[in-house]
Amino acid sequence: MEKSYFTRLQWQIITTIITFSVVPLVVLGGVIYHQFSSSYTANVLESLKTLVENRRASLDLFLEERVAQLTTLAGTHTLEKLRDEDYLHKVFNIIQAHSRSYIDLGVINEEGDHLAYVGPYHSILKGVNYKNEEWFSAVMASGVHISDVFTGFRKIPHFVIAIMVRERNKNWILRATIDSEIVENIVRAAWIGKRGDAFIVNRQNILQTNPRFCGKLLEPPSCPESFYCPDYSAAVGTRVERISLKGGDRLFGVSVLHTKQWVLVVMEDPSEQLSPLFTARYLGVLIGLGGILVIVVGAFFTSRAMMKELEEAERKRAASEDMAIQSSKMAALGKMAAGIAHEINNPLAVIGEKAGWMQDLLKKEDLRQSKNFQEFADAVEKIEFHVNRAKKITHRLLSFGRRLEPVAERVEVNQTVQDTLEFLINEARYRNIEIKTELAPDLPVITSDSSQLQQVLLNIINNSIDAIGKNGVIRIKTHYLEKVNRVAIEISDTGPGIPKHMLDKIFDPFFTTKEVGKGTGLGLSISYSIVEKLGGKIIVASEEGKGATFTIYLPVT
Amino acid sequence: MEKFRVLVVDDEEDFLETIVKRLRDRDLEATGVLSGEQALQFLESQDVDVVVLDVRMPGMDGIETLKEIKKRKPTVEVIMLTGHASVESGIQGMQLGAFDYVMKPVPLDELLDKMRQAYERKLIQEGRA
Repeated sequence: MEKSYFTRLQWQIITTIITFSVVPLVVLGGVIYHQFSSSYTANVLESLKTLVENRRASLDLFLEERVAQLTTLAGTHTLEKLRDEDYLHKVFNIIQAHSRSYIDLGVINEEGDHLAYVGPYHSILKGVNYKNEEWFSAVMASGVHISDVFTGFRKIPHFVIAIMVRERNKNWILRATIDSEIVENIVRAAWIGKRGDAFIVNRQNILQTNPRFCGKLLEPPSCPESFYCPDYSAAVGTRVERISLKGGDRLFGVSVLHTKQWVLVVMEDPSEQLSPLFTARYLGVLIGLGGILVIVVGAFFTSRAMMKELEEAERKRAASEDMAIQSSKMAALGKMAAGIAHEINNPLAVIGEKAGWMQDLLKKEDLRQSKNFQEFADAVEKIEFHVNRAKKITHRLLSFGRRLEPVAERVEVNQTVQDTLEFLINEARYRNIEIKTELAPDLPVITSDSSQLQQVLLNIINNSIDAIGKNGVIRIKTHYLEKVNRVAIEISDTGPGIPKHMLDKIFDPFFTTKEVGKGTGLGLSISYSIVEKLGGKIIVASEEGKGATFTIYLPVT
Repeated sequence: MEKFRVLVVDDEEDFLETIVKRLRDRDLEATGVLSGEQALQFLESQDVDVVVLDVRMPGMDGIETLKEIKKRKPTVEVIMLTGHASVESGIQGMQLGAFDYVMKPVPLDELLDKMRQAYERKLIQEGRA
């Protein structure tokens, strides 16, 4: 069968194996990864939410504490008392002892005049009127006010907490400046990993703290790496989300402060937070690829082994089919040959008898005088000669077709070979053909028919001699095949060989390459049927130009 | 050469006619018949030394005829003539008591030799040698 058929079949098997193994593998991996990924991501988002809540609570606590401290201070003192800068200084030192977050403390009347001031900018701020300041009107309206961060003329970021106190129909204001550093520190604690960021924006989307990456204080946030920074200035409550940005995914946690309309934004790089997930994905892909590789290699080797088995089986099947075809062909041809032979024999017998009768008559006295006597005699002789020739052919045909049971006797194959060579040695010497024998000395005595075997050997060696023509070598080897309990006789010649297209025809009856009249084309077919009847096998191997080798295998018993 | 009586049985008329002529030409008392039945009839009426019997014939074939001849005249020697692919029947014939078998076409001299041998055996068996 075609080699390409097996190759195609092998590829089909490989493809099927790979498809049916890889698809479930990939689906399984994908599903597990998806489950793991979503639960892990949910986990990460949850912890981000906790973090942002936590930071927000810290900020709220800080601011509430400041407001509470100042409210207590303002409520427990009269304006008269706090106007006294020495007293105010004392109070400032007390609260400063608990928290370093205060920069200064001032008391302002409802006209905006600074009545008392404690802090590092005494000379500058003492005479300032705050009436037109934004925070002033805000605190006059709501009682408590926390300003946005500003740098002011102090050039350091800070913000103001102002408490309005109503005392005997007059309002006065206690104002404290808070160092942003504390707030910054609280926010900074939420800078996660190497690429995480946290900052506060006010409702105008202006940064209230210095972010790590995303812009500068008092400017709108602008994220680096050219990705857009979402505007959370209008956020409500607390939420977390994952946003795909140009530079990669980012996780955002957002929470609005309770005490002040500030929005705390915590940004995380998921590639850091989700790194165990990525490790899992990496491992998964690696194991998956390894699995696929194993499957592919396995599929390849398995299918190759299968193909080898198949090819071997196919080869054996084809060989035995060939043998079966050959032997049934021989049987059919044998019958046909015998039929033809006997149909021809009867008329041949008549012709022979008639010619014989004519010869008998020619011997009689009266005909000897005839003018053409010699012509008659020659013609009759020729007829007899050719009847004889035809008879030889029909008799050989009959012996090819007949089903004579071979005799079972003890045969020494080497001896039979030697005996056969006796007949041929003169012919070979005359043609300058050397016959070399390599006869195995340990050959077992076999049960066979020596005269039939001799006929087979004669036919084959004769053919070899004819094939060589002149000058050559014929090698005859015998050996014992222990495994199959057979004796092999190998006859090889240095003749021109048999063309490939003729190899399967040489055992057919009437197939001959010899000149007309020189060969009947029956020698090898008779040999074939004899060997088959002896329970053996005859095999030919030849290459054009390199001679031919006939091997006869005979069973020992 | 001693003269003896021969009966040739063959359904091939041309063959029969010619071989009878040639045997008579060689001073034998030769007769030809075309079938096994005719051969048996002939044997009823006349004594024969050697019968040359074709194996395959229409009607009664050579083997049957041989059995019948051997039953009726056991001393008559029979030579089987096989024109067909039937060496086996020749051998079978010998097992049934035929003297020998020859394959058609056979040179007359060869056949004559066999006939003579058969005749000699007949003489020996009849104790007249």
